[in-house]
Amino acid sequence: MKKIRLPLDEKTIHELKAGDEVLLTGTVYTARDAAHKRLVALIEKGEPLPIELSGQTIYYVGPAPAKPGYAIGSAGPTSSYRMDIYTPPLLKLGLKGMIGKGRLGPNTMKAMVECGAVYFGAVGGSAVLISKSIKKAEVVAYPDLGAEAIHRFEVEDLPAVVCVDADGRNLYNEGTKLYKQAAL
Amino acid sequence: MREIRVSEVTNIVKELFLKANYVIGEDVMEKLACMRETEPSPLGRTVLSQILENNRLGAKEELAVCQDTGMSIVFLTIGQEVHFTGGSLEEAVNEGVRQAYTEGYLRKSIVAEPLFERKNTGDNTPCVIHVRLVPGDKVHILAIAKGFGSENMSQLKMLTPSEGIEGVKRFVLKVVEEAGPNPCPPLVVGVGIGGSFELSALMAKRATGLPLTRHNKDSRYRALEEELEKGINALGIGPAGYGGRTTALKVHIITAPTHIAGLPVAVNICCHAARHADDLI
Repeated sequence: MKKIRLPLDEKTIHELKAGDEVLLTGTVYTARDAAHKRLVALIEKGEPLPIELSGQTIYYVGPAPAKPGYAIGSAGPTSSYRMDIYTPPLLKLGLKGMIGKGRLGPNTMKAMVECGAVYFGAVGGSAVLISKSIKKAEVVAYPDLGAEAIHRFEVEDLPAVVCVDADGRNLYNEGTKLYKQAAL
Repeated sequence: MREIRVSEVTNIVKELFLKANYVIGEDVMEKLACMRETEPSPLGRTVLSQILENNRLGAKEELAVCQDTGMSIVFLTIGQEVHFTGGSLEEAVNEGVRQAYTEGYLRKSIVAEPLFERKNTGDNTPCVIHVRLVPGDKVHILAIAKGFGSENMSQLKMLTPSEGIEGVKRFVLKVVEEAGPNPCPPLVVGVGIGGSFELSALMAKRATGLPLTRHNKDSRYRALEEELEKGINALGIGPAGYGGRTTALKVHIITAPTHIAGLPVAVNICCHAARHADDLI
């Protein structure tokens, strides 16, 4: 289990390999479909973004409301493929990491290799466990989107696995191939 | 004629959605623990341990086990001797959903209209209600909180009768293989076979709300459930899709009479967070 600081530095990005189990500590920004749509619309118009994304990591999550006394509600990953259409322009702006679950599309993976970025998988449906590693949460953009607003999280030892590394190696494909048995 | 006040339905629906979102059933917990013992992938075992720990925390602290607290689906099986009083039954069910999601710190995930504004309704209503009338004076309520990571990976196909058993097997395996890691395996796979276009989908959804200990009563279909489960676990997808042999917790098949020209098959995928609860009035 490797302890990784966020934002990621260049050396770490190229050391991380598909299948590595990691604990992430530092800052992440949350965004799902609706926030991505707005960010990319701004990029297309050449306007500034509400957050500085260069070097940062986005966590694909729409958290549940926090109970009194909790920093955040349940906050596990959502499916990453829905962001595929928006991710290459963000990578070109310097986004270095994404946390989500499930497959990425070929255009996203190609842009990751070109720009040098890492995709971490968190376990879908382990939203309570993950919320325990989120120490601070605040909405930094698009509060009107509710759970889909952009939050800044300070995380400590968030458990994740490198699913696609900066060389384009893909744990989902490699893992499935390793355990696939002859058809019934 | 038995009178039931709709406010009683509201209270029960509320409690069922809170329970479903906080507490994963013993049947699922036991199966996850059992499959952790046999899972050959070390990473797969780690994922299963993480899920088990997560579910224990959710139940203990009354927190939603998954942040996607789902679209609310309610199956009402109503005895025809029952007379509901005190207002609209549909509104009473929605009120139960509203109270659970606003008071229980559950995420509101419903947009009022699917294509243009997609504006959130703010209280997770309206829910989807399926009503069946049966003889008697009881009311059975099944509440399913359905996450869309798995819902989005579900499919329906109108097979031809000649495609038969092999066609059904091919289609179910294809749906699960195409879904891969996206629907949060290990999965509960609901399969509806027969009926019409919409009935097959409804049966597949209903199947995801069955206890894992339940098997089809027809031994031929039970054997098919077991064969499909083996076939899915041989796909190699594994826990969280990181590779492994634990991909299906259970395959449930529900069937209905169908047309001489048809063989509808619907596959509704449910993630390992199989959130449902039921009660009888």
